[in-house]
Amino acid sequence: MSAQDQNRIGLTVLDYRGGKSTLCAGCGHNAISERIVEAMYELGIEPERVAKLSGIGCSSKSPAYFMSRSHAFNALHGRMPSVATGAVLANRRLLALGVSGDGDTASIGIGQFVHLVRRNLPVIYVVEDNGVYGLTKGQFSATADAGAKLRTGAVNPLPPIDLCALAIQLGASYVGRSFSGDKRQLAALLKGAVAHRGTAVLDVISPCVTFNDHAGSTKSYAWMKDHEQPLQELGFVPAYEDIAVEYAPGTALEVTLHDGSRLTLQKLEEEYDPRDRVRALARLAAPPRAGEVLTGLFFVDPAAPTLVDALELVDAPLATLPEEAVRPPPEALRKIVDELR
Amino acid sequence: MQREPVVNDFAIRVATQNGSGSQSSNTVLLRALFQMGIPVSGKNLFPSNIAGLPTWYTIRLSRRGYVARKREVDLLVAMNPATVAEDVAALRPGAAVLYDAPLRPAAPPPGLVAYALPFDQLAAAACPEARLRKLVKNMCYVGALASLLGIELEEVERAVGRQFAEKARARELNLAAARAGFEGARAGLVKEDPFRVERMDGNRGKLLVDGNTAGAAGSLFGGVTVLAWYPITPSSSLAEALIGYLAEHRRAKDGKATYAVVQAEDELAAAGAVLGAGWAGARAMTATSGPGVSLMSEFAGLGYYAEIPAVIWDVQRAGPSTGLPTRTAQGDLLSTAFLSHGDTRQVLLLPGTAEECFELGWRAFDVAEALQTPVFVLSDLDLGMNVWTASPFAYPDGPIRRGKVLAKEDLDRLGGFARYGDVDGDGVGWRTLPGTPHPAAAYFTRGTGHDDRSAYSEDPGTFERNLARLSRKLDRARELLPAPLVEGAGAEVGIVACGSSHHAVVEARDQLREERGLETDYLRVRAWPFAGAVRDFVAAHRRVYVVDQNRDGQLAALLKLDLPEALVPRLRGAAHLDGLPLDARTVTELVLAQEDAP
Repeated sequence: MSAQDQNRIGLTVLDYRGGKSTLCAGCGHNAISERIVEAMYELGIEPERVAKLSGIGCSSKSPAYFMSRSHAFNALHGRMPSVATGAVLANRRLLALGVSGDGDTASIGIGQFVHLVRRNLPVIYVVEDNGVYGLTKGQFSATADAGAKLRTGAVNPLPPIDLCALAIQLGASYVGRSFSGDKRQLAALLKGAVAHRGTAVLDVISPCVTFNDHAGSTKSYAWMKDHEQPLQELGFVPAYEDIAVEYAPGTALEVTLHDGSRLTLQKLEEEYDPRDRVRALARLAAPPRAGEVLTGLFFVDPAAPTLVDALELVDAPLATLPEEAVRPPPEALRKIVDELR
Repeated sequence: MQREPVVNDFAIRVATQNGSGSQSSNTVLLRALFQMGIPVSGKNLFPSNIAGLPTWYTIRLSRRGYVARKREVDLLVAMNPATVAEDVAALRPGAAVLYDAPLRPAAPPPGLVAYALPFDQLAAAACPEARLRKLVKNMCYVGALASLLGIELEEVERAVGRQFAEKARARELNLAAARAGFEGARAGLVKEDPFRVERMDGNRGKLLVDGNTAGAAGSLFGGVTVLAWYPITPSSSLAEALIGYLAEHRRAKDGKATYAVVQAEDELAAAGAVLGAGWAGARAMTATSGPGVSLMSEFAGLGYYAEIPAVIWDVQRAGPSTGLPTRTAQGDLLSTAFLSHGDTRQVLLLPGTAEECFELGWRAFDVAEALQTPVFVLSDLDLGMNVWTASPFAYPDGPIRRGKVLAKEDLDRLGGFARYGDVDGDGVGWRTLPGTPHPAAAYFTRGTGHDDRSAYSEDPGTFERNLARLSRKLDRARELLPAPLVEGAGAEVGIVACGSSHHAVVEARDQLREERGLETDYLRVRAWPFAGAVRDFVAAHRRVYVVDQNRDGQLAALLKLDLPEALVPRLRGAAHLDGLPLDARTVTELVLAQEDAP
């Protein structure tokens, strides 16, 4: 694409750009921002329909660096899920995009993360996962692998929290892991997340070039290049493109998402079916082979009811309902008062 | 000894165990008296426990319409073996006690009128099924009191019918129990006490309602669309009542909900959801108590600084921490007024009556959206959970006011906007709602330092100007908030109070006048920051007693911050802090102790 090319709603990629990043040069988060810009541009999403939400930390700054035409809320450390919940309930037409970090999600915010997932809130929840706290200068986070080393030589004695396994167990309806350096896979996962309705958790390994990109780190560029183990070759076919994709029988799977878009999954592991929650959990629980970092779409359930379904909300945004819809008439007050007499 | 009858002016205390079903009996008793036109109020004193611990319910009948707690008990119904000794010991000579017969001491204390009835036997006669007897035993004392006091049995029956409207079997059994109690007392007791009731016309048009139900109804008519809450006594019943009202009154024609309720995982999440919803344009609220407010502290600061409308009910209880979770206090005034870190000031609304719980319940949303800031409605356990006689609620007097919101058409005209620009000179910027379909609609909401377009800024001058504008915004708010109420004119002594203290103060002023000839004027604040009228009131009185339901005089402290230094010495503290609802005698004594001091 060139900067002048228009997408299907007549916008150019510049319409999806954000402010200049103040993150470190080479930070994985910037690559994720790029993929978000591309995905939204290529899908022709109206930027005004997107609500960007984040917590606190390097990752949570990144919504400032993409999609300036989208409303954004940089909330509190670990508390983005609750803010996202309120925002989505207030306006179910928003496309909510949460951006968080591993500290923000797996430590201080794990309670809110767990409950957002449990409710299957319609939101794309991206964890920019680098295994360390960047803004406080390089302490281990709860996704750091046991045995991983800090730049100072300190060794992490504790096992990591696997946010994907946790999310699948709790009822997230779209769960995958990727690597900020894996452009094709990440782009397909993001587009699939946009087309999905429900909680889409994407744990994206995003190396911290300043504090966690050295030998001994298991979240460095070098480590990921050597150890990323994709489950599938992922492709995404938007609802508005009627493309037939052909694979040898038995080698691929197609999953139709909420808006009619399709994810194509060319199997790399014969047995894997991301529509099977139990097997997805079993695969993630299996000991990693030779330190592999498994990536891909782990689980998807396009039909899972969301919080919006459970609450039986009206189709229009609650936020802008007219007075007659939200203030009952005087007869209703008379009835209430009579019940108290 | 025959004494002058005491008619419609005494207090009944019922001592039971919680979990014994006495709440139904007490409600029936209260309602029967109310139906006879006698002004009544009911106060439940209950433990933080599910079943088995002592609980006391006090019904005050007041010919003159006083509804504050009365310190003295005139008629005790002793049903709880665990507390009978202390309950009786607290009675004054001349009081009466109705014992569950096995509890009656061999030699009742002198000066008491003592009655005993075998409630187990009465219940057995009324209820052939042994396993249900326990549930109706308490209804027997309602019948017995009807006989002793002259409560019309038809009114008891009406109240029972209402209490068990949808449970025919329970209704039958309870009616039988009430009648058994009535007959048992008529046959077995000889009236010796002076207390009795007579039908009067003191409740025409009135309701019986607790403040939490009133607050819930007010919120409904405020057009609340998102409720996110986490259960905590004494606020849970507000959220639960609201959920009931929403389910009944806020379904669209197609049956779908025009509201969303989330029982959050904790108070932090409740506050976050309220701010997220408020940011996105919903009228959003939560209800909590002091410990919950503490957990909301960081979000409260974010809401203040990012300027997001939100309504947060704090039904206060006695702290600190879990403190006395089922006792009342006004101990969150200071911590809530400045909730969060740094330079933060929060708007407080201070309802004092059930009617005001309704009114401020809906007004809170208008205030929050007009000022684009969190609004804390500070009720308390006494106001929120106890039952009050109230006038019918008044329908909102004007349309819903959404404050300064720019729509697409406005942006077409203006081209763009500065979210935190003070274009109108009132400190309140214009906002857009997420989803507004215009390229210039978006802005970046953040708790970090920001300029008037909400761009990140650590510039010292920008930060200072922003804080100054926020301060100006709240100063301007003083006259937009509910005005203080003033009674009396020209007395030398003033009284200032807020919230549920109102009812005790009203009665105390009469006591001071009638017993000591001391005239007082009275101002009740209903919001913070205080209106200018508060300062004028203090300036117009030589001595001003500030009634507080907390140890350190938190209302007085807020006043001192607001007053010119010269006026501060006029303030005198009158603080009550034992966890029980404030009573008039306490206020009278606190005032007189200082008036009489040399």
